[in-house]
Amino acid sequence: MTPAISATGLTRKYYDQVVLDDVHLAIGARTITGLLGRNGAGKTTLLRILGGQEFPSSGSVQVLGAAPAENEDVLRRLVLIREDQAYPDYQGYPNFKVSHALRAASFCYPNWDPDLASSLLEDFGLRANKAIKSLSRGQRSALGITTGLAARAEVTLFDEPYAGLDAVARQIFYDRLLADYADFPRTVLLSTHLIDEAAALFENVVVIDRGRVVLDTAADGLRGMATTVSGPVLAVNSFTEGRPVWERRGLGSQASVVIVGQISPEDRERARSLGLDLTPLSLQQLVVRASGGPPGAGSLTERTSA
Amino acid sequence: MPQMAGLDEGGPLFAQVADRLAGEIADGGLAEGARVPSSNELAAFYRINPATAAKGINVLADDGLLEKQRGIGMFVATGARQRLLARRRAEFTERYVQPLLTEATRLGMDTDELIAMIKDTSSERGGVPV
Repeated sequence: MTPAISATGLTRKYYDQVVLDDVHLAIGARTITGLLGRNGAGKTTLLRILGGQEFPSSGSVQVLGAAPAENEDVLRRLVLIREDQAYPDYQGYPNFKVSHALRAASFCYPNWDPDLASSLLEDFGLRANKAIKSLSRGQRSALGITTGLAARAEVTLFDEPYAGLDAVARQIFYDRLLADYADFPRTVLLSTHLIDEAAALFENVVVIDRGRVVLDTAADGLRGMATTVSGPVLAVNSFTEGRPVWERRGLGSQASVVIVGQISPEDRERARSLGLDLTPLSLQQLVVRASGGPPGAGSLTERTSA
Repeated sequence: MPQMAGLDEGGPLFAQVADRLAGEIADGGLAEGARVPSSNELAAFYRINPATAAKGINVLADDGLLEKQRGIGMFVATGARQRLLARRRAEFTERYVQPLLTEATRLGMDTDELIAMIKDTSSERGGVPV
């Protein structure tokens, strides 16, 4: 399968600061990928380069088979929705309304669906005749999401698109994204720090840490790959002996140890007979570990490639 | 946040989707010959990626529990319910009896006490005679 998005040796420097460091990526067409990592890891810079809004310092990116920057053919098939999206000259035009922003977008994107845009506005409770300058942060995010989904662009990039949105509105975003993706499959790359609530949307996840890709894998394969074993210290030690351990914590006679690897039914039965609790690590906890994590934590990349 | 309606972090979501579908077939909620929800329908219901849902369906199809009818969708295969029930019975000891005995041992209960307790509980529920 030809990837819809690829990066080869992509590096971006601002003066002497390296923001992206030799990034290699291949994102399959018609997949939803989560772009995860801490603040300042380089997610926004990567999305801006993929969206053609910035140039690599070295290396290259391809989107839909070509470099996106200053490439009209690629850019009209691509949408990038940023956190705190700015709207065309809204400061200069006090009467610039939501409907105007959507109309402008409809000229940019050949697959634009006005009905989808209206129904999203309705779901988000956003009036089309509202002035852009009077929108709250959450309403601006809702407008960004509406634009990003109604564009139905072959490559849809969302960079933390939901600043100021409450949990209900975020759920609307996830549900509508899945529904429209089901009807019109396209390549979606979504950066977020709300990993656990978005995790189930992703087919793949890419984790960036300090400008480098530290994990690039199928999301579902990560579930259940690490487990916290807790209970009496002797029982925990006996259960975890010989297994790769990420972290050990203890309090008095109790211990809590994170082990790597799948848990078999026999393991479960044994844990039960030892009086131990087994709790799987969530995707969020795994990503925290992959992104540097707490001191002394093992590397996720080493484990997964082993 | 009500993500992944009813699914958990305990393992791959595709396997959980497959388990749920198998459970519905075994309980008769999805009758033999009935159309199974599409991957997109499952994805919307569980709020998961459609590719993950499709993988769950494929597990059952590869197992012969579902049959594909070209252009229409997936259907529950003949004999699927019986096969699943037989499998569940085979797993009953491991899934229910062994944990029961483990906990009973930890509490210092012997087998006779356990049997008496099961009989009592069953008659209280007016349920299955033991």
